[in-house]
Amino acid sequence: MSEHALDISLTVNGERVHERVEARKTLVDFLREDLALTGSHVGCEHGVCGACTVRVNGEIVRGCLMLAVQCDGATVETIEGLSDSGEIADLQAAFEQRNALQCGYCTPGMIAAAQDLLKRGGVPSRDEIREHLSGNYCRCTGYHAIVDAVEAVAQARAGAKP
Amino acid sequence: MKITDDSPPVLTALDRPNSYIGRSVPRPNLARLTQGRGLYVSDVTLPRMAHVAFVRSPHAHARIGGIAADAAKKSPGVIAVVTGAELAEVMTPWIGVLTHLKGLKSAAQSPIAVEVACWQGEAVAAVVARTRAEAEDACELVEVSYEPLPAVTDPETALAAKTPVIHASLGDNLCFERKLDVGAVDKAFAEADAVVETTFLFGRHTGVTTEPRAVVADWNAGEQRMTVYHGTQAPHMMQNLFAKHLGVAEQQVRVLTKDVGGSFGIKVHTYADEMATVALSKLLKHPVKFVADRIESFVTDIHARDHRVKAKIGVKSDGTITAFEIDDLTGIGPYSVYPRTSGIEANQVVNLVGGPYTCPNYRAQARVVFTNKNVMCQYRAVGHPLAVAVTEGLVEQAAAKIGMDPLEIRRRNLFPDDGYPCASAAGLKFEKLSHHESLAHLDALMNYAGLRAEQSRLRSQGIYRGIGFASFIEVTNPSAAFYGVGGARISSQDGATVKLDAQGNISVATGVTEQGQGAESVIAQCVATAFGVSIDKVRVVTGDTDNTPYGGGTWASRAAGIGGEAAWQAGKALRGNVLAVAGAMLQAKPEALDIRNGIVVDSGSGTERLSLEELARVAYFRPDTLPAGIQAELVATRHYVPRAWPFAFTNGIQASYLEVDTDTGFVKLLKHWCVEDCGTIINPQLVDEQIRGGVVQGIGAALFEECLYDERGQMLNGNMADYLVPMAAEMPDIECGHVVSPTADSELGAKGAGEAGTAGAPACVMNAINDALRPLHAQPLTDMPFTPDKILRALGKV
Repeated sequence: MSEHALDISLTVNGERVHERVEARKTLVDFLREDLALTGSHVGCEHGVCGACTVRVNGEIVRGCLMLAVQCDGATVETIEGLSDSGEIADLQAAFEQRNALQCGYCTPGMIAAAQDLLKRGGVPSRDEIREHLSGNYCRCTGYHAIVDAVEAVAQARAGAKP
Repeated sequence: MKITDDSPPVLTALDRPNSYIGRSVPRPNLARLTQGRGLYVSDVTLPRMAHVAFVRSPHAHARIGGIAADAAKKSPGVIAVVTGAELAEVMTPWIGVLTHLKGLKSAAQSPIAVEVACWQGEAVAAVVARTRAEAEDACELVEVSYEPLPAVTDPETALAAKTPVIHASLGDNLCFERKLDVGAVDKAFAEADAVVETTFLFGRHTGVTTEPRAVVADWNAGEQRMTVYHGTQAPHMMQNLFAKHLGVAEQQVRVLTKDVGGSFGIKVHTYADEMATVALSKLLKHPVKFVADRIESFVTDIHARDHRVKAKIGVKSDGTITAFEIDDLTGIGPYSVYPRTSGIEANQVVNLVGGPYTCPNYRAQARVVFTNKNVMCQYRAVGHPLAVAVTEGLVEQAAAKIGMDPLEIRRRNLFPDDGYPCASAAGLKFEKLSHHESLAHLDALMNYAGLRAEQSRLRSQGIYRGIGFASFIEVTNPSAAFYGVGGARISSQDGATVKLDAQGNISVATGVTEQGQGAESVIAQCVATAFGVSIDKVRVVTGDTDNTPYGGGTWASRAAGIGGEAAWQAGKALRGNVLAVAGAMLQAKPEALDIRNGIVVDSGSGTERLSLEELARVAYFRPDTLPAGIQAELVATRHYVPRAWPFAFTNGIQASYLEVDTDTGFVKLLKHWCVEDCGTIINPQLVDEQIRGGVVQGIGAALFEECLYDERGQMLNGNMADYLVPMAAEMPDIECGHVVSPTADSELGAKGAGEAGTAGAPACVMNAINDALRPLHAQPLTDMPFTPDKILRALGKV
């Protein structure tokens, strides 16, 4: 931490954050190490596995492919924030009831990606769900249960709307 | 799809009022994981915690000359740079052998290489710094002078006279060899109407756990005690090994394992860099953290399945299999992995080939050789995917050769359902299997006849679909026969301690561990049912060697069958203890009372007599009011280990339906089925999800996964962009079915289910591809993974 550090201000899960970070630090390392938000996980650190998926300015991104300094002025939402706001409560309940997670390491990223699909509205087909989640690696479940859970929430949300 | 609550099952002998056996209750520990509020080892931070990064050998085989660390030591944040020789002061080396694998040999392995590095990725120095980034910066400044040595990379020539010997002290590169010759094999082949002979190749692949290996070690010099936060499947085994090689007592070591981001057998071994991290903490008197990055994972997590199997089957024109013969060769890297050894996989291949079939004639040879690649060891379904692919590949090729339906040839050779107990040609003992019922169930579940009709119709339109099968057996619930008899301190027994607290709630401490399989749920279901409370009153504690009974952990499909039985027995024992107190309080005979839904009742009428909370209040705070001579014992511990059978074999059959694009060589998986028999099903949902996850792991092996090495021993695709794993878009829906043949070795009757999916999936995907291509007269594919280029080659298109 030296001449390569920069001051950044951003909003994380609704809270204002001001920190001095090394320019080389990734967003996910910043969230985990500087803010102790350990729900975003580090799986591959090269943008393939999706375990670090978080929302920046409303879009899901890979926390390992974005630098913390790029988030100066941004609004960041992690699994902790999405949980506390209640936005994904139905998805979480469906994942728990359908056992759509085993070790749970991919789950925060998987749920963030699923919510990204579902908030577009409508009831996606199983193939569309699989396609949208195709950037999130799960070694435990074989994906079937995840697709079931996401499909059930999509149907429930569609049914709940007039 | 609809998620519906399950309904209670048909009553069985295990049913008690409010039974949870056979019910899909949700796991009690999931909300913290869906909220990102778990505690994985990668999340652990401690005061004064330092981070280690390793300087790793870029050579597959090299003598280590000087290590110049002055610049690294001056780098910002660096606490220490430590070599293998320096670390040897606090930790002794180990040798991965087991005495029951006769003749198996290996060399001493150190936490950090001393003098010679034996594979690309082996650690040669450690840099400990305030942050991982600073440690990695300083690694760049460590200058190691290497004298490259010839690398042994081809198992086929590893034993040749001209090939250099990796460990001179061993005399040659042979780690282990096994031969078996049962029945009259030559005569049986001579009497066969058709013989199929082929060679199966399996891509070396690895577990790719989503959370890489992780450890935080904290030596407290004041307490003279080591606390290790460890992402492991076997905390007590690791406690023993850390203590042994640090030269301290086991009670000076505590291993804590909370959430683990995937294991699959990857996290049940001794890793040099994890041992080094523990040793560094003692040496430096700092808590030290090591989390492998993904590149390190690829070159240091154990690999598996790198086998070449020459195989042969003889068959009569009526479908009777007359003989199996195999010659297995596997290169396991430079060391047999400690303490489970790298001989088990090949040993399992020899044990399991031909396992579902009555054929009495079987000859096998297996050779396990050292190479200068990353080490290989036990990975989910150890040896099964290889043995099943060899057996089932041969069976389907033989069926095609004699013009018989692939299910029909199995019907004519599978062990009959009414013929148990019996033993396979290799000597495996089967208590009770259900091959034929499973096959019949699968036939109906998948609408086999309908699919064949569809396949035939589409072929006329130039669409090539294939149907492939794989019958299998699976080793579960291992007794001491697996490791203990070979001298390893790996517990085959497991224990559970059940405690009634002062509010009438239950806590259970168990020796089995949770890496997502649902062990905590299964333990809670067993205790809640046996004791008599609703499951929300039961809290399960796992993964803490200070606070759980000694046990083996979770591997080899043992947590439910062994840990579950211990928990069941402990729950029953505590019920007995509680009813003894209740009897004294109520002036009733304990045997006339029961505990139902958390209340002591008259067992005959069900009349409520006493709440557990009231009983606990009296027992803990007013024991003076109990009759003289009554001492409440509100804690009970029970242990269990299978004794009647060395292993509880399970069985099943899988099917794959897929389409091959004959222009691109791409395979589209349309559907997958698995019918299996794991005995008593404690939680149907958890069993199905073990099957599904296992199937997809097996599909990865069949279609995508391979650790590619060049002839110098350099891994070419050690990252997730180049090493492909199954992702959601390419995977099919998977339908599961069950047949239930409980083991009589335990009261629960549960066998394991964790590996059945992985055991059978590669074989049936292979068979389905070959079924699809058969009308095009393609040479059957037997070289996994079946990538598009291999398929196009088989079709003669490239």
